[in-house]
Amino acid sequence: MTTAAALAPLERDLATTGNRAWRRFRRHRLALFGIVAIVLMVLASIVGPWLIPFDQLKIDIRHRFAPPPWGGHLFGTDQLGRDLLVRLLMAGRISLAIGFLAMIVSTAFGTLVGITAGYYGGAIRIVLMRFVDAMLCFPSIFLLLILAAFIQPSVTTITLIIAATSWMEVARVVEAQVRSLRERDFILAAEMIGAPGRYVMFRELLPNAIGPIVVAATLTVARAVLMEAYVSFLGYGIQAPMASWGNMLNNAQQYLGSAPWLAIFPGLMITLSVASFNFVGDGLRDALDARFDVK
Amino acid sequence: MTATAAIAAPVPESPLIEVRELRQWFPVGGGLLRRGDVVRAVDDVSFSIAKGEVLGLVGESGSGKSTLGRAILRMSTPTSGQILFEGRDVTKLGRRALRPLRPRMQFIFQDPFASLNPRMTVRQIVGAPLLIQRPELDGAARDARIGEVLRTVGLSLHYAGRYPHEFSGGQRQRIGIARALILEPAFLVADEPVSALDVSIQAQIVNLLIDIRKELGVAMLFISHDLAVVGHLCDRVAVMYLGRIVEIAPTRALFRRPRHPYTEALFSAVPVPDPTIRRERIILKGDIPSPLAPPSGCAFRGRCRYALPECASAVPPLRQVDGGHWTRCIRDDLKLGRSL
Repeated sequence: MTTAAALAPLERDLATTGNRAWRRFRRHRLALFGIVAIVLMVLASIVGPWLIPFDQLKIDIRHRFAPPPWGGHLFGTDQLGRDLLVRLLMAGRISLAIGFLAMIVSTAFGTLVGITAGYYGGAIRIVLMRFVDAMLCFPSIFLLLILAAFIQPSVTTITLIIAATSWMEVARVVEAQVRSLRERDFILAAEMIGAPGRYVMFRELLPNAIGPIVVAATLTVARAVLMEAYVSFLGYGIQAPMASWGNMLNNAQQYLGSAPWLAIFPGLMITLSVASFNFVGDGLRDALDARFDVK
Repeated sequence: MTATAAIAAPVPESPLIEVRELRQWFPVGGGLLRRGDVVRAVDDVSFSIAKGEVLGLVGESGSGKSTLGRAILRMSTPTSGQILFEGRDVTKLGRRALRPLRPRMQFIFQDPFASLNPRMTVRQIVGAPLLIQRPELDGAARDARIGEVLRTVGLSLHYAGRYPHEFSGGQRQRIGIARALILEPAFLVADEPVSALDVSIQAQIVNLLIDIRKELGVAMLFISHDLAVVGHLCDRVAVMYLGRIVEIAPTRALFRRPRHPYTEALFSAVPVPDPTIRRERIILKGDIPSPLAPPSGCAFRGRCRYALPECASAVPPLRQVDGGHWTRCIRDDLKLGRSL
């Protein structure tokens, strides 16, 4: 038997797997909308403030409560005459950065906990996963508020606090995935060559759990943005004069009747970003679900 | 009786691997307060394999073949008994202590679809043993060795960048064999390596294994339920039934004259590709008994057409009937045949 005969032309390649996922994702209209909205928001937050001829901290008492779109203030001004659009975009930098950073920290930590629990099993699994259950039982908003009340609020601390209350979902997803992969033959094969635990965990198991991790991570961004808004709205989060969507809402509530745009625009931004990340998460879940793959 | 079985096991000179009274029991059911039952998947198994020898292990589904193969390579921890590998007791060694021994003993999996990581390329899969066991090798040396072993199994380095799903079942099995061979093991356990493949591919893989044993002189435990394949490849054959070896003999002796009724029944189940031949087929009644509650005495007696009342009294010991030919049947008067 010759090698050439044994290796008939191979039509399929890895690209097809990716293509198939992308095709499924594309069919998900809301997820596409979400991606576009997220990209626009991120770009606008990064570039936008340079393009607008107002400083976010520039107080202009003569033009307080200017309704949009008054004299170049496209979204109006607030009670100190500051341009709302610039503040909204600067707040976007903070809120989205906290969302992404909290996602990275909590996904990394949750993955580590989940993969350790799933791989080692036994007592280690019981201890780790019961800890996850305990954390989930605790109303995370209160935990967030208590922690925020004790710790000096800054972007870093708020990010870490949010991450500390949102890694459990990832841990659960990864643990379940790893536990189901654990007994597969290819993991046994790795054990048979004497592979150390960290090799099996990070080289063999982790790449096979990437799909669920990405989905959980996307949904975590939405959750983190919402939590930052929540904490900041209650005054424990990002402090003035720095803007975040949450503390802009907090600020707006006094003027809800007279200057409703102060509340409407930050509220829309929060809704848009949270909804977009959720849509993308749903789309990814459908696209990466191997059950739809024709084997 | 167990003591005699240990001594009774045929021992060729300087065995590479020696198994003594091996038991692998699994607890089932049971809770915090209640004691559960025990499945005796492997019960009192003794045998040895010489350097370069190929021992076939046959038996129907559920007879404990795979469990035995996995226990010998210490993928599980045996309940009791001893496994000596190159004279060293490996029965109770931990993961770390086993690591330096792993290159010497390797496993070929039954299912070539489940045994290759779908997210790794062929280069990564086949090269992983080198990465772990020979970290001193650089990328070029590793690639050279990967190419060499891929050629041995009839593939080439050309395909090293591809993923498992791009290959057919037979090709995947070759990749699995390449991974097992790359560290040049002295002993291989092949767990039904061809039963998941198309019939047309099976012969190719069996021939590949024959070539490998010729070229590399590797000893093998070849697990199969196909006597024809075993007869083709193996020096000796052990027949397993309900966790025990019921007959073990050199292949020719076993094929010439089986000495256990179960072996005879297995032979009669092998299809003969000639419709003009009329032969008596022994249809076994019922299923293999539950290993939770094995029958008293000979486990096979309920399905055996030669059973006597004495068969129920005690588990028959392995007794020698010929040079190197051992059986667990108490009847010496049987003229068993085979129609292969």
